[in-house]
Amino acid sequence: MKIVVAIKQVPSRDSELRIASSGKWIEEADFAYEINEPDAYALEAGLRLKESYGGEVVALCAGPPRVTQTIREALAKGADRGIHIELEDEDHAALDSLATARLLAAVLRGEAPDLVLTGLQSDDLGYGQTGPILAELLGLPHATIVMHVEKQAGGIRVKRELEGGWFQHVDMPLPALLTIQSGIDKLRYATLMGIKKAKSKEVRRVTAADLGVAGPEGVPAASVTVDRLYFPQRIKRAQLFEGDPQQAAARLVEKLRFEARVI
Amino acid sequence: MSILVVMEQRAGAWNRMSFETLAAARQFARELDTTASAAVLGHSIGPLAAELAPKHLEKVYAVEHTRLQDYTPDAYTIALRQLLELAQPSIVLFPQTYQVRDFLPKLAASLGKVAVSDAISHRVEDGQLVLVRQLFQGKVNVDSRFAGDAPHFASLQAGAYPPDQPAAPAPEGAAHPSSAVEKFAPRISPGDIRTRPLEPFRESQHLVDLGAAEIIVSVGRGIKDAGNIPLIEKLTQALGAELGASRPICDAGWLPNERQVGSSGQTVAPKMYMAIGISGAIQHLVGMKASRTIVAINRDPDAPIFEVADYGIAGDLFQVVPALVEALQRSK
Repeated sequence: MKIVVAIKQVPSRDSELRIASSGKWIEEADFAYEINEPDAYALEAGLRLKESYGGEVVALCAGPPRVTQTIREALAKGADRGIHIELEDEDHAALDSLATARLLAAVLRGEAPDLVLTGLQSDDLGYGQTGPILAELLGLPHATIVMHVEKQAGGIRVKRELEGGWFQHVDMPLPALLTIQSGIDKLRYATLMGIKKAKSKEVRRVTAADLGVAGPEGVPAASVTVDRLYFPQRIKRAQLFEGDPQQAAARLVEKLRFEARVI
Repeated sequence: MSILVVMEQRAGAWNRMSFETLAAARQFARELDTTASAAVLGHSIGPLAAELAPKHLEKVYAVEHTRLQDYTPDAYTIALRQLLELAQPSIVLFPQTYQVRDFLPKLAASLGKVAVSDAISHRVEDGQLVLVRQLFQGKVNVDSRFAGDAPHFASLQAGAYPPDQPAAPAPEGAAHPSSAVEKFAPRISPGDIRTRPLEPFRESQHLVDLGAAEIIVSVGRGIKDAGNIPLIEKLTQALGAELGASRPICDAGWLPNERQVGSSGQTVAPKMYMAIGISGAIQHLVGMKASRTIVAINRDPDAPIFEVADYGIAGDLFQVVPALVEALQRSK
């Protein structure tokens, strides 16, 4: 099975964010980046499928030069090769899910994999749309929030998560696109051997121009525009007890007993 | 300009979030000085569509087809594209459910659009709708506007708008005291549907009924390790509480899935809900915010959980929880 996993690099979860002076994005300069956590689960699912059924796992990532690091980490975990769609810093901040998906789709058409995997959503933009958009652009059947994938005659059977503790199996032919639920497998660490091997693995670089998805012709007008980013006002309504744990605990118990009357 | 809200049903039962979106659609319509209509997709959904008739909507569309009986992204996209051609709405609103996450991006992309997904609030500025979304897992907000030609697509986060009240009185001078249900039969060929959904199922044999518990103590990422769960169990014993958890704890296998509270677990509303080491992601909040009294213990005083809590201790749970157990035992 040939599998391409679309991954994204995002600021690490504990980054201290600042809004850029343009107000349209965050100040990118000074924090660490890591693989988008949901995409790490998609990569893990891809590697496990390869272990079960054989084939190849390709890590595909669009972004500025710094994303090379994330592609290398995917290779160190066991992906066979990488593809980096190189973007300028300003370009990538301005891209919405559809624009990003158009770039990814242009590469995927050439790769023609059996399965395209990606995470449920990104930790930065959080649109949760790239997967199904890619399926539409590529004309592939898809399923989202997938917990398990199994090969069967004529294609695959996947287990989808529905709301409220419900699940559902869905059968579909290959090629197909799946978005993988986070937390379904334990993520592997890169081994020393893996890191060493990754150095000799191929990372192909392409630009939006190479893909014919650049310039005013290639990029249609955005259907959503950003006014501005800002930090939300937190409206705290809790009576907060801070300081010494013993005193805070005693005051809380008193409140629960005499004010809320719940104990 | 007009607004269409796409309601969600499964096997003839509403997804209750649809009524939050319906209420929002009517509010948007009022503020934008336009009309709201609703659509429901499925097979034999006449009775459901009829329930929407008294909702002061311009129109109610019952989108009927045998191939819409079980949800598939292909059939829903095809049916909705045909409905949009007929209804010509400017804005199409959806509840941000798992099902909507599955087909809305595909539907919008098929028309060259991106949906504003998971919006939490709105305002109207110069006659234009501004939608607020969250970035970076709720750390940053962004104001977005639609650009280009209609239709525009948006989905609304669970709990962002209070649900529509079934017996809401007609607004003064309402043009549509009760709306006619219009049946619409889309064309869907068998070859259009590439996926085959099987019967939905539940996994747990013995479901812990958190819904019946008077007091629930839930634990989240802050617990750091499965080996620390007994610490929380001491507290549940002291309170006579049932033990719950946020999603990461169940994903990690530290507690079974049937103890999960939130959008993908159980929805609870006990007399007291105590959240320990839970920052308060929206997926968790929707499952517990109706609790009568909410207590939060979290290291970060800026954690969103303190926005829904009545009482809180901002501190290290490994110190606070033992102190709390002691204080409870002393006060007995």
